[in-house]
Amino acid sequence: MNHFLQVLFDGLLNGLVYALVAAGLSMIWGVMDVINFAHGEFLMVGMYVSYWIGFFLDVDPLFSWIASGAFLFIMGAATYRLIIRNSLGKSAMAPLLATFGLSMVLKNFCMNRFTPNFRLLSGTVLEGKTISVGGAILSVPQLATAAFALVLLACLYWMLKRTRLGWAIQATAMDSEAAELMGIRTENIYLLVFGIGGACVGITGGLMTSYLAVYPEVGSLFSLIAFVVVALGGFGSIPGALLAAIIIGLVESFTGFYVAAVVKYAAVFAVYLAVILIRPKGLFGW
Amino acid sequence: MNTKKISDGIWYLLLAGALVLPFIPGGIENTFHGHVLTMVFLYASMAQAWNIISGYCGQTSFGHAVFFGIGAYGAAMAVVQFNSLPWYGAPVGALVAALVSIPISAPCFRLKGHYFAIATFAIVEIFNRLFMIWDWVGGAIGLDYPILEDGWRNFSWSSDKTGYYLGALFLFALVFGVVRWIDSHRMGYYLRAVREGQETAESLGVNSSLVKLSAMALSAGLAGLCGAFFAQYNYRVDPPMVMSLDMSMKFVLITILGGLGTFWGPLLGAAVLIPLQEYTRAYLAHLGSGVDLIIFGLIIIYTMIRQPTGIMGLIRGLAPRGRDASNDGGDR
Repeated sequence: MNHFLQVLFDGLLNGLVYALVAAGLSMIWGVMDVINFAHGEFLMVGMYVSYWIGFFLDVDPLFSWIASGAFLFIMGAATYRLIIRNSLGKSAMAPLLATFGLSMVLKNFCMNRFTPNFRLLSGTVLEGKTISVGGAILSVPQLATAAFALVLLACLYWMLKRTRLGWAIQATAMDSEAAELMGIRTENIYLLVFGIGGACVGITGGLMTSYLAVYPEVGSLFSLIAFVVVALGGFGSIPGALLAAIIIGLVESFTGFYVAAVVKYAAVFAVYLAVILIRPKGLFGW
Repeated sequence: MNTKKISDGIWYLLLAGALVLPFIPGGIENTFHGHVLTMVFLYASMAQAWNIISGYCGQTSFGHAVFFGIGAYGAAMAVVQFNSLPWYGAPVGALVAALVSIPISAPCFRLKGHYFAIATFAIVEIFNRLFMIWDWVGGAIGLDYPILEDGWRNFSWSSDKTGYYLGALFLFALVFGVVRWIDSHRMGYYLRAVREGQETAESLGVNSSLVKLSAMALSAGLAGLCGAFFAQYNYRVDPPMVMSLDMSMKFVLITILGGLGTFWGPLLGAAVLIPLQEYTRAYLAHLGSGVDLIIFGLIIIYTMIRQPTGIMGLIRGLAPRGRDASNDGGDR
């Protein structure tokens, strides 16, 4: 029973983190119908930013996420300006492949500069702290990251549903030409959405450095999981992404524990395929 | 002179030239450029196999590493597990790849746009993990070839690699030959009709599911043959080497850079990207690891921004008469 609870909590906590990583991707996809293939590499860059700030300036990840979030906001916006805007509309595949190129550049740049070594911050405030819930042991850094992810998702959802900016984003997603005619500067909306998408992974990455090692390949798996979460949830839907991420997190932790660690991702992707074949546009897709 | 005649002329000249090369001293033997040329023909064949389903038929697959991998394992299993010859393993591997592609892709064809792309990513990951834990095919360690006698019988050469070059050239002639044939026959028109508008094609009596499935099976089988060659050339095979997203992306990127859905595109893409990658890896090694891939990535970004129709698009743009690029049919 203790095992069960432990596995359940692990799955939930991971799922919440996946949800925040996927939320950024989902917004970009929903508004622009573009898959940002470099999303996982954005996460990796966010982790490196937070790691180096922690390493040189001794700032804890509890605070440095602000810097990594801001950095990735700028990087996301720059990616839109320099790459996406110029490849949109030329062919369906162009933005996807252009961002794949970007992911290769970012990954190998970090490989070249920072070596493939795993780097983990030591001496962080929350390091090694755990709390026990009904016999299950939870790591505090992971719990903090998951709680933070939940709060941020709620903010994002509130922003989309209750503010004028959110309405403008939704209008652009539904029909960009009509939105343009209504006086919304869609160009700025795209820029902002890419920035927010970047900031989501930047913040997640920043917080994750308190319990995960950073290395150039760290983003690859996260980006695949994020794709699956977004497609499973239905594009552009934040509640969909949250539900899908929790399902994915649970499938991962349960098969990892009860079947074998190696097959957990095979199970994740198999569940995804099974669902997508029944609901081709995801759980919340329309 | 029409375009077809020019294209035919280029085709036979190219084949003749490539066939004569090994007989010139220092042409292939064990040289670095011999290796690069072999890789160009191999990757051009892979890209052309992918081009059948994704270029001509318009179903962008990111899952071809699976079929490539199955073919590679076919050849390797025959040699390593069964002490047999790759000549038996390769066709079996290609056949299995073609057969496996049907039940995998039939349900995926119902998905649209990015959903199809992501489903094919997921399939690559599933196969990768399953092969990792499947002990019979060597699991995560993979299969290492034993030491074998050089020659055509074992399809392995350790010193003079001309045999590999000729093998890759044969593969190239086969895959490109098949596509040339398809291109000018009924099947080619069906494929393009489905790409341009599935509903319209169906209204004219084209069975689009059958067309897509047979194109996928053919494409997968040819990708499997390329995989078998790859295993023979590298003398080993393991899951990350053949069944990875990076491998799948090679099929995609080479074709797109050269020109999607065109006959010469895959060759042009391979002829530019492969030497670039091999030579930068060799000559820029002092700058540290990954420089070749950074350059590769930058070229892809640049191409997608400036020239998304690839090198073929560039060539067409230069042509004085300006053939209508959107017509196309016999994209040659």
